Amino acid sequence: MEQGLLVVLNGLVYGLLLFMLSSGLTLIVGMMGVLNLAHASFYMLGAYLAYSISTVVGFWPALVLAPLAVGVIGALVERYGLRPVHRHGHVAELLFTFGLAFVIGEIVPLIWGRLPVPYRVPAVLDVPLFALAGTAYPAYRLFMMLISLAMFCALFAALAKTRLGLVVRAALTHPDMVAMLGHDVPRVFTLVFGAGCALAGLAGVIAGNAFTTEPGMARSLGAIVFAVVVMGGLGSLSGALVASLLIGLVQTVSIGLDLPFYKALSALGITVDVGGRLHDLWLLSVNRAAPVVPYLLLVLVLATRPRGLLGSRSA
Amino acid sequence: MLNVTGLDAWYGKSQVLRGVSLQVGRGEIVALLGRNGAGRSTTLKAVMGSVTREGSVRFDGQEMIARRPHEIARAGIGYVAEDRSIFPDLTTRQNLILGEKPGPGGKFTLDDAHALFPRLAERADAPAGALSGGEQQMLAICRTLLGNPSLMLVDEPTEGLAPMMVERVRELLLAIAAKGVTILLVEQKLAIALTIAARLYVMGHGHMVFEGTPAELAADTRTRRDWLEV
Repeated sequence: MEQGLLVVLNGLVYGLLLFMLSSGLTLIVGMMGVLNLAHASFYMLGAYLAYSISTVVGFWPALVLAPLAVGVIGALVERYGLRPVHRHGHVAELLFTFGLAFVIGEIVPLIWGRLPVPYRVPAVLDVPLFALAGTAYPAYRLFMMLISLAMFCALFAALAKTRLGLVVRAALTHPDMVAMLGHDVPRVFTLVFGAGCALAGLAGVIAGNAFTTEPGMARSLGAIVFAVVVMGGLGSLSGALVASLLIGLVQTVSIGLDLPFYKALSALGITVDVGGRLHDLWLLSVNRAAPVVPYLLLVLVLATRPRGLLGSRSA
Repeated sequence: MLNVTGLDAWYGKSQVLRGVSLQVGRGEIVALLGRNGAGRSTTLKAVMGSVTREGSVRFDGQEMIARRPHEIARAGIGYVAEDRSIFPDLTTRQNLILGEKPGPGGKFTLDDAHALFPRLAERADAPAGALSGGEQQMLAICRTLLGNPSLMLVDEPTEGLAPMMVERVRELLLAIAAKGVTILLVEQKLAIALTIAARLYVMGHGHMVFEGTPAELAADTRTRRDWLEV
């Protein structure tokens, strides 16, 4: 029981982290029609910048400054990189973000080196909060959850209550009409792109020290974030939330299951013929297949709902 | 007030408008007629700057050809799209609010919109996507009106509406014109165009084929036969 609670808590933390990344990305995709392949690179930048800033002024200022810096970088990239490419169509934009991911992926090790940097959880939060199933639960995990939830509430409030939020939501479906009502849509694009990058940066700041800050961190998370956005439905924030939590929980659970598939299935009431043609598959332990799970889930969702869980346009 | 000369426009690589010229004077209602695909809607979009265009669009003496859609809207040209372009996930009130432009409020307000069409007040908190076609049309017109344009481009406002709703839209357009707003109207229904417009243009194959008063068009059987009647 306690073991189960621990897995659920970890799944929630991971899911909320995925949402912080995917919320910005899904807004960008929904508004601009561009799948920003460099989105996870901004997550990595957030972690590295937070590390550098925290060595000078400490973690708390870095928590604010690093996402802001990433947001400004993101806005500049949109204004001076993506916007001039925009009139050449979506393929050009996609290639631009693809190249950007490589550029950031090469610049980061140039500056910070190829090995993980010692970006650490602040001492105040580096304490066990309570013990579950004999494992100490770190206070920092709770802090991550609180930051994610606060961000989540702020984002929803901004979109529901502010005029800019209304413009953003209207532009998700009818950007041309919004412009013809007198709103500077390209500027809104820049703001949304910057804000989305800042959110990715914030995710990097709070995840970089909980996990590891190293040059491969963008690649390892990037693909999962796309899976989340597509699964939730392009442009759908609530869809991204559901998909994030779902993937977060399912993946955490499957990583924790160190038993073969046939046993996991029989626990669910499904019996399989272990001696059959799929013999090797059934004996494979679930946690070894865990990295594939999000994508299997994605395929399953798209097969039944081509527009994603809550999407209104086809993926 | 609006002076379009030699306007060309493209969708991608295909040219849709070829040297379109038209004038709309202050306070006029001018109708733009023609069959489907003649380029009427594209003319409105080209004036708004939302399609690739060349030529000259002068508004209140200022050249608009290099300006972007939001700048043109802010200069005082309002646009009501043929598909109405309602924001379906937002409420009726939120749709209207988005019509307001930043800066000091103009003479036409949310209350005026509600007075003109009380149904918009009744459905203020309903998602706009749930409104009927006629209500959505009223919403689209009022939303644009809240930006206090001095010129309104209205694309096929009566398309697909029940006869009673068509009459409401006609009355609304006349009420808007009575407040001194100039209107350039694309309309399929000849009966409406002939009764509310002071002047008419007829388009065919991306250029102008007729310009004159309703009486002149009524007398010109050849133009009507070649370019209007199906």
